[in-house]
Amino acid sequence: MNAALQKAITTLITSMADDALILGHRNSEWTGLGPIMEEDIAFSSMAQDKIGHAWALYRILQEHLGGEDPDQFAFIRAAKDFTCCHLAELPISSYDFSLMRHFLFDHAEAVRYESLQQCSFEPLQQLSKKVKGELKYHTLHADAWVLQLCRGGEESQQRMQAALDRCFPLAAGIFEPGPQDALLADAGIYPGEQTLYDKWLNTIYPLLVNASLNLPDPAAIPPQYGGRYGNHTPHLQALLQEMGEVFRLDPTAGW
Amino acid sequence: MTTATTTIADIYTALEQVMDPEIPVLNVLELGMITGVTLYEGTAHIKMIPTFAACPAVSYIQQNIRATVNKLTGLPVQVTVDKEVHWQSNRLTDTAKEKLQHFGIAAPQVHEGELRAEIMLNTPCPHCHSENTYLRSPFGSTLCRAIHYCKDCGMVFEQFKPVE
Repeated sequence: MNAALQKAITTLITSMADDALILGHRNSEWTGLGPIMEEDIAFSSMAQDKIGHAWALYRILQEHLGGEDPDQFAFIRAAKDFTCCHLAELPISSYDFSLMRHFLFDHAEAVRYESLQQCSFEPLQQLSKKVKGELKYHTLHADAWVLQLCRGGEESQQRMQAALDRCFPLAAGIFEPGPQDALLADAGIYPGEQTLYDKWLNTIYPLLVNASLNLPDPAAIPPQYGGRYGNHTPHLQALLQEMGEVFRLDPTAGW
Repeated sequence: MTTATTTIADIYTALEQVMDPEIPVLNVLELGMITGVTLYEGTAHIKMIPTFAACPAVSYIQQNIRATVNKLTGLPVQVTVDKEVHWQSNRLTDTAKEKLQHFGIAAPQVHEGELRAEIMLNTPCPHCHSENTYLRSPFGSTLCRAIHYCKDCGMVFEQFKPVE
């Protein structure tokens, strides 16, 4: 593998892992606060899955691409070195926002990991089989609750629509194109962000229609980009501060 | 048993004693977590796979495999994670499914590769065997369990989730 391709794969995996780690951390903020106990457990379980996926991706970086120890990489990096999307880093806000974010993000992940089933970089292809199976439960959970709340009366439906309107440009930002997309596509790593974005729209559209939600016009709304290039909302810095607080007390401690 | 005469079969017998910490009635073989056992230069090499990527018990189970197999065979033991095989619920043995039911946890339905949401409906209740049940939440007390409700006996029950 040449150096340019190696760098491109590293960039792709880092973004995927950072998304999973940061959204995993956000999901964990629902522990103890969920509106009902099952939801408390669901968001906590999804947090555990996501952080597990992030760890497995960081391990690939370490074992195959000359990356650092996953814990060091996750806890010590500066905010500008993270490449998560803005959608993942925003605070949990209200349950409607967190649920809609979860719905849009997990369908995006499902589409991404589906495409990685054919990835020519073997470690990523192998991991993607496992992650894809686990994500089934995330999308199953999201679909069920989006539908239930959209059929739960006028106020409930309106709040879900408002959450969709707010989340949509952020979710479109998941697919921020990178300069190496063509290189990665040519090497058979994955089809590139634009292709995934189109597939994602095709996946969520019928689900939203079924829930009587109006998909905002994708052509009329600029996606919220920046995260993949290290430009973040102020919320990421605050999150990292809290997430790494214990780790930084003694970065070399064995746990 | 002396080290020199230990066979692969002996190592498998020892593995039967390594139980899952979250479902203590099942051993690692019944769970389908072991993907290969070899004997090389006097060391037992055991390949295993975790059920879920974020399973917090993986290193604990690895440690148990090392300690138990070493104790029962006298061999040094090396345990590695097999990245070429991924765990899926179809790997559970029939014995495992029977033991799960007796433990009060519904077994996962056998799936044909692709998992569809419908498979989670009408999961037989491990208490009264009714299929008049529904999925309450795809997430339960551990990553590998879902929560169902039986409309006939009124019990909430857990199921070992089907996973692709």
